[in-house]
Amino acid sequence: MIIDTKELQAINSFSRLESLKGVYGLIWLLVPIFTPVLGITIGILVIVWLERKISAGVQQRIGPEYAGPLGILQALADGTKLLLKEDLLPSRGDLFLFSLGPSIAVISILLSYSVIPFGYRLVLADLSLGVFLWISIASIAPIGLLMSGYGSNNKYSFLGGLRAAAQSISYEIPLTPCVLSISLLSNSSSTVDVVEAQSKYGFWGWNLWRQPIGFAVFVISSLAECERLPFDLPEAEEELVAGYQTEYSGIKFGLFYVASYLNLLVSSLFVTVLYLGGWNLSLPYIFLPHFEINEVGGVFGMTIGIFITLAKAYLFLFISITTRWTLPRMRMDQLLNLGWKFLLPISLGNLLLTTSFQLFSL
Amino acid sequence: MSEFAPICIYLVISPLVSLIPLGLPFLFSSNSSTYPEKLSAYECGFDPSGDARSRFDIRFYLVSILFIIPDPEVTFSFPWAVPPNKIDPFGSWSMMAFLLILTIGSLYEWKRGASDRE
Repeated sequence: MIIDTKELQAINSFSRLESLKGVYGLIWLLVPIFTPVLGITIGILVIVWLERKISAGVQQRIGPEYAGPLGILQALADGTKLLLKEDLLPSRGDLFLFSLGPSIAVISILLSYSVIPFGYRLVLADLSLGVFLWISIASIAPIGLLMSGYGSNNKYSFLGGLRAAAQSISYEIPLTPCVLSISLLSNSSSTVDVVEAQSKYGFWGWNLWRQPIGFAVFVISSLAECERLPFDLPEAEEELVAGYQTEYSGIKFGLFYVASYLNLLVSSLFVTVLYLGGWNLSLPYIFLPHFEINEVGGVFGMTIGIFITLAKAYLFLFISITTRWTLPRMRMDQLLNLGWKFLLPISLGNLLLTTSFQLFSL
Repeated sequence: MSEFAPICIYLVISPLVSLIPLGLPFLFSSNSSTYPEKLSAYECGFDPSGDARSRFDIRFYLVSILFIIPDPEVTFSFPWAVPPNKIDPFGSWSMMAFLLILTIGSLYEWKRGASDRE
């Protein structure tokens, strides 16, 4: 009998272990899914805080300072406030389009984070057509903006939605040949391979030096895609009240901000990946020790990779934020002319130049 | 195909992330008894005149029509750019011919003033 109870206990403890194993398995499944979501949320809060602080610095103000040290919690407080606000639905609008518009903008941009490598093998989905996935998914966002502009049944919103759609689709065209010439150079459209191809010659192997025209066109068009200030025609405060978000209140209004900052972050991450060498530090005269493939070294190397990627991305973010607070806005016809008559021929020429170099170097 | 599994998971996660905030205000938000002026379209404090979905500028339409031509062009160029055996002269020159036709088309459109905004 005694042996039996011991066996029973052993079986019990074993089964408890088994169930624990199941729990651990579930947790290990959930961690890679929810870590990026958490990271992206924190990233947005940081960008909002940075934008407020930098704009305050540009205008010689102090900026947020009471919520937490240096006002770090200000963005969180604003988001919570937006959650508690009344959710107004315009009486004559199309409620379905009105409610779904901001969500579609967020969904499409959130999906494109799955192909961004933050470190060596630290990417959610290493697709062989990673960059192409970003380009195709990013063109869904203007549909959401158009839906919300049409659904609010407001003249300002309608015009803002139209402008947003026209602007995004016109600047997508110069953007794509630049990405195409990058994937020509690195012989692959996987984001990991693009970074690997830049790591050969250190600092001077960055695509920035091999594709200076493409870099300039890419930066300008990604600023226009994000509707940042030289190109923020869709929500021009002085002409259209707030563009497509005029009728929105509460968290739906907040979702538009989330979408625009997500878009800014993803664009700067792609600038980093495509042109600035991704997770490789590759600065001359600074050598990182090569980490052995054991646990601690691997984790340390990974952390450094994430840190370098984010540092480069936030450098680009700083540039675009200061651009927003220093440059005046363009007119709509200037904007479309810049896209169609200047950037498109230049980017196509850049693509042809890259092709011929590739052809003659063989 | 297994490399697309994270994308499929994210196709579920990202709608959740963006749709849950839409449902949350029903629990927390203040809901005053609304009066009709509050729900009308904003037109600088006046009653909205007419419907917003009326005629709009044809040039927005033109832009989207012009967009349809270069977008498939670039989409078709991606398979040409990526595979390793692409840089035989035949492939390159046929791509050049393809791009040349499109350049002629966009030059024609430029000269006819389709991309002019007054």
